[in-house]
Amino acid sequence: MNKVFLIIQREFLSKVKKRSFLLATLLVPLLFPTVIGGLAYFAIKEKESSGPKTLMIVNEADSLNLKSNDSFKITFVDHPLDQAIAAFNESEEFGLVYIPEINIESPQGIILYTKTTPGPAVVSGIENLIEKHVKDLKLVKYQIDQETLSKLNTQIAIDTRISTNEDEQSSSSGIASAIGYITGFLIYLFLFVYGGQVMQGVIEEKNSKIVEVIVSTVKPFHFMLGKVVGVASVGLLQIIIWIAIMGGIYGAAGSYLGLNQAREAQVEQVSESMGSDMDIKESLANNPKIKKAYEQISNIPVVTIVISFVIYFIGGYLLYGALFAAVGSAVDTPADAQQFMMPIMLPIIIGFFGMSMFVFDDPSGSMSFWLSMIPFTSPIVMMGRIGFGVPLWELLLSIGLLIGGFIFTIWLAGRIYRVGILMHGTKVNYKVLAKWFMMKN
Amino acid sequence: MEALEVRNVVKQYAEHTALNGVSLTIPQKSIYGLLGPNGAGKTTLIRIINQIINADAGEILINGELLNQDHISIIGYLPEERGLYKKMKVGEQLVYLGQLRNLSKQEAIERSKAWCNKLEIMEWWGKKVEDLSKGMAQKIQFISTVLNDPKLIILDEPFSGFDPVNANLIKDEILELRENGSTVIFSTHRMESVEELCDNIALINKSEVILEGNKREIKNSFRNHTYVVTHKGKLNGSLSANASLVNERSLHDDLYETVIQTSDQTGPNDLLNELIKHTEVNGFVEKIPSINDIFISKVKGDSNE
Repeated sequence: MNKVFLIIQREFLSKVKKRSFLLATLLVPLLFPTVIGGLAYFAIKEKESSGPKTLMIVNEADSLNLKSNDSFKITFVDHPLDQAIAAFNESEEFGLVYIPEINIESPQGIILYTKTTPGPAVVSGIENLIEKHVKDLKLVKYQIDQETLSKLNTQIAIDTRISTNEDEQSSSSGIASAIGYITGFLIYLFLFVYGGQVMQGVIEEKNSKIVEVIVSTVKPFHFMLGKVVGVASVGLLQIIIWIAIMGGIYGAAGSYLGLNQAREAQVEQVSESMGSDMDIKESLANNPKIKKAYEQISNIPVVTIVISFVIYFIGGYLLYGALFAAVGSAVDTPADAQQFMMPIMLPIIIGFFGMSMFVFDDPSGSMSFWLSMIPFTSPIVMMGRIGFGVPLWELLLSIGLLIGGFIFTIWLAGRIYRVGILMHGTKVNYKVLAKWFMMKN
Repeated sequence: MEALEVRNVVKQYAEHTALNGVSLTIPQKSIYGLLGPNGAGKTTLIRIINQIINADAGEILINGELLNQDHISIIGYLPEERGLYKKMKVGEQLVYLGQLRNLSKQEAIERSKAWCNKLEIMEWWGKKVEDLSKGMAQKIQFISTVLNDPKLIILDEPFSGFDPVNANLIKDEILELRENGSTVIFSTHRMESVEELCDNIALINKSEVILEGNKREIKNSFRNHTYVVTHKGKLNGSLSANASLVNERSLHDDLYETVIQTSDQTGPNDLLNELIKHTEVNGFVEKIPSINDIFISKVKGDSNE
């Protein structure tokens, strides 16, 4: 057992000491928001730089008086439609809109001519433009003034609660599904990343022939176990750091918005000195949706989710990591591994799509239930369900099955591994793997 | 008590028998050559002794004890397909491999440093293996094999890939280890190193031991009363019935080299006595077969059966 620990330690230190580990650990939590923010930034910038698109309008409805806005520049054409189309084809303008004489109660027959198929966003932009003007006409027709109209607009945020919860915490299907999706996706990602690392490592050890020296001092099964657990501990450390960073960001966001009761006084003092921020802050804090979202995040069973996440990460990883190790031991190059990857990747992918398709539709439906029980899919699917609230017995049963599952795959993988690592240049297929599995020691 | 005893070991794979009732006796403080063509079963036997795989039948005793986990700490093993972690530093690697052989961390560090100093590669301690030359890496592999001061050292093709300077260095170390009480097992098909180093040999062919024993005795038993004589003037069939001329060739001028085989009863002196009557003998030496000759004749003879 001492030696298994020694192997775990080597595996752990050799990975953690690498510069790439430090980079990935610190950059990933920053990278995702940066990439998303960057994309959004460029999208806005592009829209700004491209300027408004010019629309030629053939308007037969005299009552409708369209005006240019940020997105569209309006020019009216006085010719009949067929001449206007000919003129448009020769021009470099973006589009030609034909508005016939319309009834503002049910406007029909409006046509947009363009040279290439327009994107849906552009079409709905033009629709909005016309709708807004039709609305203005209606306001006049029904004698409603703007002030009355803005009073009619009300922001409502429904507070959903689970009746069986003793303290009637606020729940939210939106936040729950987001958390489920993110944690499920992370497990999906980790299974591939760390599973791949185990396989890569085993192939390297096999090719560099160090393996023969090591298995003359420890049992191949212990060596495999040490490797798998070593990589798991690296993953665990990474996750703990990420959770800490996320927690930090969340805490900082909370205190910035002044929503965290305990910190309110303290924050107020700070924010007095930064008066310019106050307006934004106040408008954010007073928006009921943001306020509620924050409350709901506070009410989410964070501890349950974090603990389950760690359990399902470790369990799922051990289950698949052992299989990845077995594949690595059987082949000589990563290219040879391809043929064995499919049966391992398929259940992971099924788990991910199962989560996306069934869980968010009906978190306690029978498909969701079974996928969250089968050990090959449960790490992903159960994480998807957990934000919606899962009965404790289901959670415990699923974890129990997962433990049984990884004990089974580790046993299975170990039997292939012990033979595979000493074999070189053999052409391996499933029949050969089965033979290795049956082989006595 | 023998350093290693192998008794009737059998190892069967699905389609073929790798070892078929193999028995060997390896005395203490000896250098033992395990010879055989590729695929004879040498590596399988070595893996069984190293407890990498288990035998199907038979038993193995080290110093009179049945093979068990405790023996890991007294065995040093340099596999034929040797390797190191390329990304790991030399020092860390040696300490790690030492610890796997049951050394404490402190011991592993001390001994690694001592060996690196001895082989004058201390300046490589903090370097990664991938930055080393092949010869350097081989020295490190050798150190990792003997780090735990093993009583039984198993070297699979130890000199393959070594340059002559390093090969000699390792040879000296092996001899020194034997002086200090270790037993060394060589597995090889390079006969010159066997000729030079081994006290005892075993020849394995087609999963069976076909020859085992003291190197000198084996060589003697393969003597077939053949002598190489250098002499002046042709012999011209002037030999008695007890000796037959195998081969005669001219060296230079009037000097000839002749290979003569005698009958069992005729000793070298008898032959010499007869020869000096006919010719002037300049050189007279008994032709003792080399291990290489024995190896080839045994393996060939085996396959002709």
